[in-house]
Amino acid sequence: MGQRGLPFAPPKRVGGGLVGAGAAIDTLRLTAEEAAGLLERKEVSPAELRRAYFDAIAERNEELHCYLRVTEDAEGDGVPIALKDVIGTKGVETTAGSKILQGYVPVFDSTVAARCKDAGLSLLGKTNTDEFAMGSSTENSAFGPSHNPWDPERVPGGSGGGSAAAVAGGLAPWALGSDTGGSIKQPASLCGIVGLRPTYGTVSRYGIVAFASSLDQVGPTTKTVRDCALLYRVIAGRDPCDSTTVEVPPVEVPDAEDLNGLRIGVPRELNEAEGIEPGVAEAVRRALDSAEELGATVEECSLPRSVEYGLACYYIIAPAEASSNLARYDGVRYGLREPADGFDAMVERTRDAGFGDEPKRRIMLGAYALSAGYYEAFYGQAQKVRRVIADEHAALFERYDLLLSPTSPTVAFRIGEKAANPLAMYLSDVLTIPANMAGLPGLSIPCGLSEGLPVGLQLVGPQLSENLLFRAGHALERAIGFDFVPERLR
Amino acid sequence: MAISKDEVLHVAALARLDLSEEEADRFTEQLGAILEAVSKVSELDLTGVEPLSHPLDLVNVWGKDEPRPSLPLETALANAPEDEQGHFRVPPTGMTRES
Repeated sequence: MGQRGLPFAPPKRVGGGLVGAGAAIDTLRLTAEEAAGLLERKEVSPAELRRAYFDAIAERNEELHCYLRVTEDAEGDGVPIALKDVIGTKGVETTAGSKILQGYVPVFDSTVAARCKDAGLSLLGKTNTDEFAMGSSTENSAFGPSHNPWDPERVPGGSGGGSAAAVAGGLAPWALGSDTGGSIKQPASLCGIVGLRPTYGTVSRYGIVAFASSLDQVGPTTKTVRDCALLYRVIAGRDPCDSTTVEVPPVEVPDAEDLNGLRIGVPRELNEAEGIEPGVAEAVRRALDSAEELGATVEECSLPRSVEYGLACYYIIAPAEASSNLARYDGVRYGLREPADGFDAMVERTRDAGFGDEPKRRIMLGAYALSAGYYEAFYGQAQKVRRVIADEHAALFERYDLLLSPTSPTVAFRIGEKAANPLAMYLSDVLTIPANMAGLPGLSIPCGLSEGLPVGLQLVGPQLSENLLFRAGHALERAIGFDFVPERLR
Repeated sequence: MAISKDEVLHVAALARLDLSEEEADRFTEQLGAILEAVSKVSELDLTGVEPLSHPLDLVNVWGKDEPRPSLPLETALANAPEDEQGHFRVPPTGMTRES
């Protein structure tokens, strides 16, 4: 690379980041929008930009284990991107963090991967995930956990911890994740970056390894809210290959600096839930003060049953759908096969050897909840609870534009801390699940530190309110002034 | 315990999982705790509430009935653990599990 280290004069501040004079590309600080600017002004070439990220990957991926594989020879002359390994990529192994899909090389692109390609975004690699996106820490990955760039002894969250750690650790300018119960929002929160779970149906699921089809949704993991809007613009929209997709209003990249007239509801149950750490509550309270200073009205409100029953509802419906979706892994058409003399034995041995504990638990839980004699008590009842949750949210949106709460009850926890207790791990998503059950969009942005680790706040709006989420998120982000570069790497 | 080991083995058979003894014991305990927690949904009297199966109000999304190119046979078989003469090859069916 003959032009490495070419001078960037004069130093330029764009968004929240800074490109230093004469310095090599600082991937920790560079936002995707700034990277696009560098390319557009021809201050760096696409190859130089990619090289900067591969240098960062060479330097830090061994410690952070964000990537399951990198794609050095991928095409595209736009801003590079990392994709969670549940996103099918033609010609590039896609495992969903599972042994049962090891060696699976998709013969077609998922719609989101194709849209990224069409936009010129070049693939850096595939990021680590809890197996089949089932988990809140990436510890359920068959290929080992990822580590949090703020403290490598802690989890980056999950299931999209690989994508979040890659962006926060400067190993990718931006990335895509997928969110079923909180797998974009919670890792973004734990890694001090921005994550959007879009409205259900706005982003195609075609070519995504399915977990729970009425909940799964792909979305951006980025350093800034503007980057988030830019990437959402690339991937959102109706897709004939996914009949659950809808028309999406034009995406606006936010520049508002105030929140005048915005009515923010603060659901008591989401903000005072058992298990919310004091430092998390404190950071969110300060953000609410900022919101008021920016002109928003802030009022306490209530989601009486959504939070209390949301988790139970989710852990019936999501496993039920998973048990059905994961029935396809039978050793016949793709993925692992364990040899046996007969067909039935082959299928059973393949599934026992190929699935890790968490998919097995959820498959069995789902099969149980759907089985004769239990269907009404579990699945039927959970679907009614889901209606209650949707109605409670809809009622609040008659009085408020957005709802605000912490994204995760805790900051990043230690690797191993919750690994032996599935139920304790499930509680990581207690604040993200209610909005997900209702199909609502949610944006997580960093709002401060607690014990030296990032705290995220969650903004939830009505269906298709992404533009409002971006506007409010951007104004708050500017007011809060959080530095997304992990302290130990500055 | 909310679920017995026999029930776990039954559910595992439904889900086509050949669990080891050790797994069956471990999952019986873990699934028992999880089922106890999710049983919370039964506390609510939701008589008359319409179940929600999907977050969007979509009905009858139709596509145009137009032929499109499909995958060539060799591509469709590219990831098959075993194939023969343009088909997925599997071990003989109709044999007992113990075989």
